[in-house]
Amino acid sequence: MKKKDYKVTAFLLFFFSLFNFFKTNIFTSTPNSPFPTCTLLYNHFCILLPIMDTTFTLAAADYGDEDELELGLGLSLTSGAYAPSSNGPISSQVVGWPPVKTYRMNSLVNQAKFSKNEGEKGAGEDITSKKKKNINHENKNDETVTKETGHSGFVKVNMDGLPIGRKVDLNAHDCYETLAQALEIMFLKASTNASFIRTEKQQRSRLLDGSSEFVLTYEDKEGDWMLVGDVPWRMFLGTVKRLRIMKTSDANGLAPRFQEKNQKPKNKRIELKK
Amino acid sequence: MGFPEEVLEHVFSFITSHTDRNVVSLVCKSWYEIERWCRRRIFVGNCYAVSPAMMIRRFPEVRSVELKGKPHFADFNLVPDGWGGYFYPWICEMARAYPWLEEIKLKRMVVTDDNLELISKSFKNFKVLVLSSCEGFSTHGLAAIAANCRNLRELDLRESEVEDLSGHWLSHFPDSCTSLQSLNMSCLSSEVSFSALQRLIARSPNLKTLRLNRAVPLEKLSTLLRRAPQLVELGTGAYSAEIRPDVYANLTEAFSRCKEVKGLSGFWDVLPSYLPAIYSVCSRLTSLNLSYATIQSPDVTKIITQCPNLQSLSVLDYIEDTGLNALSLSCKDLRELRVFPSDPFVANANVSLTEQGLVAVSEGCSKLQSVLYFCRQMSNSALTTIAKNRPNLTCFRLCILEPRAPDYLTFEPLDVGFGAIVEHCKQLQRLSLSGLLTDRVFEYIGKWAKKLEMLSIAFAGDSDLGLHHVLSGCDSLRKLEIRDCPFGDKALLANVSKLETMRSLWMSSCSVSLGACKRLSQKMPRLNVEVIDEQGDLDSRPDNCHVEKLYIYRTVAGPRFDMPSFIRTMDQNPTYRS
Repeated sequence: MKKKDYKVTAFLLFFFSLFNFFKTNIFTSTPNSPFPTCTLLYNHFCILLPIMDTTFTLAAADYGDEDELELGLGLSLTSGAYAPSSNGPISSQVVGWPPVKTYRMNSLVNQAKFSKNEGEKGAGEDITSKKKKNINHENKNDETVTKETGHSGFVKVNMDGLPIGRKVDLNAHDCYETLAQALEIMFLKASTNASFIRTEKQQRSRLLDGSSEFVLTYEDKEGDWMLVGDVPWRMFLGTVKRLRIMKTSDANGLAPRFQEKNQKPKNKRIELKK
Repeated sequence: MGFPEEVLEHVFSFITSHTDRNVVSLVCKSWYEIERWCRRRIFVGNCYAVSPAMMIRRFPEVRSVELKGKPHFADFNLVPDGWGGYFYPWICEMARAYPWLEEIKLKRMVVTDDNLELISKSFKNFKVLVLSSCEGFSTHGLAAIAANCRNLRELDLRESEVEDLSGHWLSHFPDSCTSLQSLNMSCLSSEVSFSALQRLIARSPNLKTLRLNRAVPLEKLSTLLRRAPQLVELGTGAYSAEIRPDVYANLTEAFSRCKEVKGLSGFWDVLPSYLPAIYSVCSRLTSLNLSYATIQSPDVTKIITQCPNLQSLSVLDYIEDTGLNALSLSCKDLRELRVFPSDPFVANANVSLTEQGLVAVSEGCSKLQSVLYFCRQMSNSALTTIAKNRPNLTCFRLCILEPRAPDYLTFEPLDVGFGAIVEHCKQLQRLSLSGLLTDRVFEYIGKWAKKLEMLSIAFAGDSDLGLHHVLSGCDSLRKLEIRDCPFGDKALLANVSKLETMRSLWMSSCSVSLGACKRLSQKMPRLNVEVIDEQGDLDSRPDNCHVEKLYIYRTVAGPRFDMPSFIRTMDQNPTYRS
C-alpha cells in the first residue's frame, strides 16, 4: 500500500472509531470513574498511531462489530478483540476470569445472602451485597446449627450434541433470565477463541421463550426431568440437581411457557425420547 | 566412595528436599541404588509424568506420596470435567506395594469413596491424608477413613469439593482414636454431631490444628476451645450469633486461655461485635486468614494493628488502602499478603482499594516476599516503586480485574512496571501478569527473570515473539500457563527442547494450530501433547485450525489412555501423519 493509502485508511478508521466511540457511549450510562471511558479512548488512539508506521504491533481493539477489519496490511483485529464495558459487569461471561477459585466464589455468595439477613436483624454494618436472596436461620438448640442453602451453587450443565459439560453457578443468578442468558453464551455462542460479549440490551433468552431449537431442562431431587421456568426461582434452587439443554424435539409433554401470574404453575414431567 | 551402605543411608536421611535427593541419586550407580532403597518421600508434580508401576519399581520403601493432577487453571473452570487426574490407578498399585505407607497428599485429583475406603483398609500405619482441591468423593468416604485408620494424625480436606451427604462421618472416629493432630473440615457444609466433635477433641491431646466448618456455631466455639487449649491453628465456624453477653464473655475467656494459638482462619458471616473476643490472641498471631470475613476496613484495621508478629495475612479488599497503610505500620514481620476481591464481577470499584495500598505495604514491610493482589487499577510507577522497595519478592501475582487494563495514569501498557519487578526482584520464582501488556514485557521477563519457575499469562502480548522471549530466556521455568494470548506456532516450534525441561505448558484460546501440535508431538517423543476440543470432532479438523486448549507435559510414561473423547494426545508415530 502506498503512503497515501495509509492516510486514507487512517482517516477512515479515525472517523469510524469516533463514530463507534460516540455510539457506544450514547447507550451506556456514565461510569463512576473515568477509567473505562479512557480505556476506550486509549484503544482507539493506539490504533491510529501505528497506522503511520509500517512496522508495528497492534493493540487489540474492537470497532463495535465482529466483522473482520482488514487494514490492508494482512492483519485482522478479530481474534482476541476486546472492548471494555464501561458500565456494570466486567466480562463475567468469560470463563475463569477474574481468576478466583470457585470455592471462594461460592463462599462469598453464600455470605452475601447471610449478611443481608443479618443486616435486617439490626447488626448495623454496611455490607455490600448484590444478591437479593435471604436464608432462614433456624432456632438454635443443642444439636442443630445453621444450615446452608443446599448445595454449593455449582451444577453441571450438559447440552445435547456436545460431549462435555460445564458448570454454572446458580448462586450468581437471581432469576431464570440471567441464568438462561449465561447458558446461551456458554453453549450457543461459543467460538474457538474466547470472545468478550459486549453488554447490549439483551432480548429475552431464546432458551426460555421456545423460539430456539433447544430448551432448558433440569433434573430435580426426585430424579425427574422438568422444564426450567415453571416454578418460582427459589423453589427451583432448592430442588435442582443438574441442567440439560435439550433439543426441543426430544422433549415431549412440555408445560406452557408463560403462566398467568395468579395461576399456580404446573410442573409437567418431560417425557424423554431415548 | 568407600563408606559402607549404612553410613551413606544415614547421611542421606538428612537430605530431605526432593531436588537434593534427585541430585544425590545421580552421583553414581551405587548411590542411586542406596538412595532409592532409603527414599521415604515421593513428590510427583504431574501424576501423568510417571506411572505408578515405575515409581514403585524404583522406590520400594516409600512412606509418603504426594501427587498433583489437574493443571492449575482447573481452579478457574478452564479444564473441562472428565479431564482426568484419577487417583484410582495409584491407589490400586500402592495398596499392593506399600503396606507401610503413612501419608498421602493429593492436589487437584479425582478421588472416589472406593479409593478412600481402599486407603483406610490397606495401610495399617496410615497417618496423614491431605486432599487439596480434590473432588469425586463424598462424606461416606470420609467415614471409612475415620472408622478404619487407627493411627490417623492428620485429615485435611482443604478446598475440596465433597459431596456432603451428612455430617455423620465424624461420628465414625472410634473412641480409641486419640492420635489426631490436625483436622481441617472447613470445606464441608453439613453439620456434624456437636457432641461427637466435642468428644473427639477432648480425647485428642495432641490436636494442634483444628479448622471447623461453617456449620459449627459460634456459641459452641468456646466449649470446643476449652477442651483444646493447646491448639496452634484454629479455624472458626460461622462467626456470628445473637448478641448475648454470656456468649461473648465465654468466647473471650476461651480465647484468652489459648496461649499457643498462632494462626486464625474461618470467620464466615462475621458479626463485628464479636471480634474483640479474639484480641487476646492477636499479639501471638503469625498467620491470619480473614479472606472470608466481609468486615469493613475499620474492623479489619482494629485487629491487625494488634498483631505485631503477623507474617501471613489474607483479606478481602474491604481492608482498603487505609487498612493496608495501617498494616504497613504495624506488622513489620509480614512475609505474605493476599488481598482478594469482594465483588470481582463489577467494573466499578465498590471499595477504596488501589495500587497505593500495595505500595504502602511494600514500603513498610521489609520482609514481604509473597504477594497476591486483586485490584482495579495499577500504574507503571507504582509497580516500579514496589519493585525497588522489595527486591526480595519471590512471588508476585497481580490481578487487575479488567483484562487489558492499561496504566490508569498514562494509559500506557504495564510493560515497564512488570519489567521493573523482574529486573529488581532477582529471586522471583512465581509471577502472574495482568493488565495491558505487549511483547515488550516478555522481552523483560526473558532477560531478567532467571529464577522464575511459574508464570501465568492472560490477555497479553502481541505476537509469537512474546512467547519466544519467555521460552528462550527463562532458564528456570517449570510451569507456564497462558490463556487468550495471540501466541501461535512459531514460538512453540522454535523452542521444542525447552518444553522437555519444564513440567508443563497450558495454552487456551491462543493461536496454536492443530498441525503444529502434531509436528511438536512428532519431534518430541517424551512430551505428551494433548489437545482439548469441546466441539468434539478433532479428526475432521484441518491442520491449520486453532486448537481451543493445549496441555503439553513431559513424561516417561507415554500417552495416557484415561482421557475423554474430547481430549486427544497427538500421535507420535510419523507413519500416521495425515
